[in-house]
Amino acid sequence: MSITDLATAPIPAPSLDLLADLEQLLHYHFMRNALAAGTVVAVAAGVVGYFMVLRGQSFAGHTLSQVGFPGAAGATLLGLAPAAGLLVFCVAAALGIGALSESRSVERRAESAAIGSILAFALALGFLFATLYHGFVSGIEALLFGTFVGISDAQVLQLLVASLLLLAVMALMARPLLFASLDPEAAAARGVPVRLLSVAFLALLGVGVAEAAQITGTLLVFALLVAPAAAAQQLCARPQVAMLLSVLVALLVTWLGMAVAYFSPYPTGFYVTSLAFAAYLLARAVRWNAGRRGRRAGADA
Amino acid sequence: MTALAAVPVFGWLQEMLSHDFIRNALLAGTGIALACGVVGHLVVLRNQVFSGDALSHVAFTGALAAFAAGVEPLLGLFGSTVLCALGMALLGGSARGRDVVVGTVFAWVLGLGVLFLSLYTTTRSAGNGSAGISVLFGSIYGLSARQAVIALLAGAGVAAVVAAIARPLLFASVDSDVAAARGVPVRALGMLFLALAGVAVAEAVQAVGALLALGLMVTPAAAVHRLCTRPYAAFLLSAGAAIACVWAGLTLSYAAQQLPPSFAIIGLAFAAYVMAAAASVARRTS
Repeated sequence: MSITDLATAPIPAPSLDLLADLEQLLHYHFMRNALAAGTVVAVAAGVVGYFMVLRGQSFAGHTLSQVGFPGAAGATLLGLAPAAGLLVFCVAAALGIGALSESRSVERRAESAAIGSILAFALALGFLFATLYHGFVSGIEALLFGTFVGISDAQVLQLLVASLLLLAVMALMARPLLFASLDPEAAAARGVPVRLLSVAFLALLGVGVAEAAQITGTLLVFALLVAPAAAAQQLCARPQVAMLLSVLVALLVTWLGMAVAYFSPYPTGFYVTSLAFAAYLLARAVRWNAGRRGRRAGADA
Repeated sequence: MTALAAVPVFGWLQEMLSHDFIRNALLAGTGIALACGVVGHLVVLRNQVFSGDALSHVAFTGALAAFAAGVEPLLGLFGSTVLCALGMALLGGSARGRDVVVGTVFAWVLGLGVLFLSLYTTTRSAGNGSAGISVLFGSIYGLSARQAVIALLAGAGVAAVVAAIARPLLFASVDSDVAAARGVPVRALGMLFLALAGVAVAEAVQAVGALLALGLMVTPAAAVHRLCTRPYAAFLLSAGAAIACVWAGLTLSYAAQQLPPSFAIIGLAFAAYVMAAAASVARRTS
């Protein structure tokens, strides 16, 4: 089933019988691939996103995701797979940010202006590549806002391998990274290689962003990286549990978003971002409520 | 005039300026660059680059919401950025973890923009498939004479307001505590400035699109900051640099037709920034 077929085909209506709906959802091969890819990506994004939020590096993630756009467009222009361009650009940009943040001489003001300039230039470059590649202008939106049609078996396999590698490296460095993230000075004093961990984590973040961008598009990566992790941290202070919770929220958001989008005429990107935002708001509300009850109990005592 | 036209370059320029779309683009581009340059200088000075980024995301959703609802796109554009700027100024504060909130909210705002885009392209018979692209990356050659005049007037208005409040605003930006102690209304100025930044972003969106608006606002100003520390001179230089980038970018993309104008403008601005950064490093080390 091609994209054009999908656009003209009538939108399937949900029967509200859960089992029948699920069966319909999994009926097409492209949908099974999309859900498999979404699952793999959500697990990786949940874990990497947790550390990203913990380390306060959301804007680094934002920069990486936008730099991925010229990577994907450039790869298409050269006749390569967009995923390869995404991965190379994201990891290269991650290492670049790591190198930049080492030179402390630059004042903060100049640094954010430089990041803003580089961001805009990267996006402009992506636009140039896309217009140079004739007929690709329609593909820009898919790159920026994601698509879940047309994910091939090979792509699912690639995403799976990338995610497994990422999770394996993450598992190896989770303990020292947690230490270094929470208290960098104490960790450095205890001989933890803080600098090395920081650069390695940025590179992993690059991989995670490149993966997530293939589902959500480069502009909406934050929906999977930030919101689930931020929601988890609102609810739970213990790192292991919070990480699990973050993965769980990312999974739920992806599955629900894709399923709802399948039964509606509107794009996946909208549902995934809205659900992620709702999860974050819900977590804030739960915490606020718990805090209020805690205060009241304290006042009563 | 005819004698000048005999020189190949002038003949070519005359030919370029004979097109209505080029004249409109230059007219609008001048006003837009003026607003962006002046506001951009303060955005860099006040370290509000990421607020500018957030505003440009909102501009995307605002413009597409107006498209989808069938109302004047300029209304959606200016309305959304100015309202959001005021909202941001009101919420203000610099609590820890704020970047997480900003990131989460603005990912959702972009998601809403995608919804409006699909509403517009699927339900409105007049909808054209490239509306999303032109909001994201600009369509300065597509501006009508009326839109060009509006853009020019709005740009001149922003520059005039900034000029009127330049002194207290600079004081408040450089040292807000001392300014507040001396009776400068720091908070009100901050709000007014963010609203002006909202207008400037909405202007920039018309020239280079929502994704590149930050570049037109911040890049020329950042280049000037590398070389010039005098605040008033930097105003003029920053506006001059932005205008030069727009004029040269439009000329370049007219000469090399495969270069989209928004890329040419941002590309030139980035080249200027890299050169300015190199010059400042060279000056410091020598």
